[in-house]
Amino acid sequence: MSLLLQQLVNGLFIGSVYGLFAVGYTLVFGVLDILNMAHATVFTLGGLVALWLVEGSGMSIWAAFPLAVLFSGLLGLVLDRVAFAPLRQRSDTYFSGLISSIAMAIIFESAALGLFGAHTVRFPPNTIKTDIWRIEGVTITSLQVEIVLVALILMGALSLFLHRTRTGKAIRAVAESERTARLLGIHVDGIIASTFFVSSALGGAAGILFGLYFDALSPDMGRSIELKGLAVIVLGGMGSIPGAILGGLTFGLSEVLTVAVTGKSNLRDAVAFTVLFAVLLLRPEGLLGRRRAREV
Amino acid sequence: MKNERFRKGYRLILVLILMVSVRSVTFAAGQEVKIGAALSMTGAAAAYGATQKNGIQLASDEINAAAGSDGIKIVPLFDDDASVPQQGINVYNKFINADRVALIIGPTLSNTAQVTNRIAQQSGVPVLAISNTAKGITDIGDYIFRDSLTEAVVIPNTIRVAKEKLGIKKVAILYGDDDAFTKGGYDAFKNALSEAGIEILSEMTFAKGDRNFSPQLTQLKSLNPDAIVVSALVEEASGILSQARQLGIPATVPIIGGNGFNSPALIKNAGESAEGVIVGAAWNMTSTNPLNKHFVDAYTNRFGSPPDQFAAQAYAGVYIALEAVKKAGSADNRKAIREAMAQIKDFDTVLGKFSFTAGRDADHTPVVQTVKGGKFVVFGE
Repeated sequence: MSLLLQQLVNGLFIGSVYGLFAVGYTLVFGVLDILNMAHATVFTLGGLVALWLVEGSGMSIWAAFPLAVLFSGLLGLVLDRVAFAPLRQRSDTYFSGLISSIAMAIIFESAALGLFGAHTVRFPPNTIKTDIWRIEGVTITSLQVEIVLVALILMGALSLFLHRTRTGKAIRAVAESERTARLLGIHVDGIIASTFFVSSALGGAAGILFGLYFDALSPDMGRSIELKGLAVIVLGGMGSIPGAILGGLTFGLSEVLTVAVTGKSNLRDAVAFTVLFAVLLLRPEGLLGRRRAREV
Repeated sequence: MKNERFRKGYRLILVLILMVSVRSVTFAAGQEVKIGAALSMTGAAAAYGATQKNGIQLASDEINAAAGSDGIKIVPLFDDDASVPQQGINVYNKFINADRVALIIGPTLSNTAQVTNRIAQQSGVPVLAISNTAKGITDIGDYIFRDSLTEAVVIPNTIRVAKEKLGIKKVAILYGDDDAFTKGGYDAFKNALSEAGIEILSEMTFAKGDRNFSPQLTQLKSLNPDAIVVSALVEEASGILSQARQLGIPATVPIIGGNGFNSPALIKNAGESAEGVIVGAAWNMTSTNPLNKHFVDAYTNRFGSPPDQFAAQAYAGVYIALEAVKKAGSADNRKAIREAMAQIKDFDTVLGKFSFTAGRDADHTPVVQTVKGGKFVVFGE
């Protein structure tokens, strides 16, 4: 029993990191209908910059975290300016934006490689004080709890931001219909830029949490989560924020339980993607996605 | 016209005579042996290539300083194979045909050696591998040697010593099944375990690039093994160690690793979780053998950090090559050097008493290490 509980804890934990990553991913998709393929490299750079701040300047992680998140947000603005904005007036903007974001991903990854080297690096020991609790045979570390809490707080804050603030409401209006939003006097380009800022900041935050827990950061660490993030937002429903969270948890649990049952990691992705396939057969719009009448 | 031609020919002969006489002068003053060192100085294996280069440079300088005016001098030629076979082929062709080296040391990776050593075998150039541990490297041909112990020698020794000292009866295995090196390590562990009569409770796998090992470790923990045997490269190994300890696998359950664990990076990345890990190794840094003490001191003084196993094997490699050249009595007869190298037996090196097996693999006593106080020390002492 404690074995199953432990695996559930493992799954919920990794799932919440997937969720946080996917929330940023799906936000841009929800607003622009564009997949930002550079999201995973922002995830990587967020983690590496936080490490650089902690290691290089001896900063506490509590100070480095918001700074690195801010930096990731700024990367989002760069992405918008360089990769997406110039293509926005083109008729093939969805497709060309996807391609130019792949180019940005390559540029960001090469930059990470040049600045931080190819070696796997880690946060210095005792960056964060970790207590280990054992309850009923289940082991939980304070770091895991902190990571899940930070992820939940950020996701909650995002939800409040979207529903309660002017900017948040404007983002939702643009997501609904760009043209109507423009008619209502919303500064659409500014709103799109702030969407990128928020999305990338969340991606960077996920990168820092991932790096803190797994103690292994490298310029290619985004690749392992890129495809999963994509699957998570398809599973949850494209553009749906609660869907991304639910999708992340589902994905994390299915991964962990597959490894637990089969003992092999090579079936892990197969089962996770089979779950995705099955959900799409039964609910093509994803777990929490809404059916949309697409304008032609 | 005729006169002109005659004069040209005369000059040519004069130059030739001059060249030959200069050459014989150098012969009298001592011989120079050209050794090509094909190392991975960039790319994935750059960390290993760097310390190998230091080891070769140190050994060559020592030999040249001791040679005086009439001893044998070593001329090491370094070139970068970029950790990929394609570049390794270019380096080998240059060494063999342009530089006309007496023998080649390297390459850093077994993967590269599989390809490049065929060229050396065809051209009849002896190769001394200093870090290849994969199966079949020396089977390429009779010109291929290595001074690096294979997993098939190191791992059974590790298991035997661990069983003796800790009374291990049942273990769980975790390994990477999508990499030739980690899979090979797993095969060697499995054989060694069954020979030692140790029960295998469960086998679990992970994939290259994985960072989350808690599902596997949680399952393994529930079986209460006496030890966990892991075949992984150093990146994954560090993550496995720290996650195992975080999940509450007690320090009394040691983690036993293969050659991939054999790196200072393991201690750096896993920190306190690396304490107590058991690793088989080909070289004992703490050995009090005077040859070894001298090497560790000289290396540390010169390069500012202590040597690792790869530096030691490279350093030993140059001395083994020198011994072969001395015995062959020639600095450029590749065939004679090959014959002499095959005869090397009980030769004193920093690795211990060194011999080649009939299959030209390394034969010397391996060592079992553990991590204590952030350092590799000999296990059980």
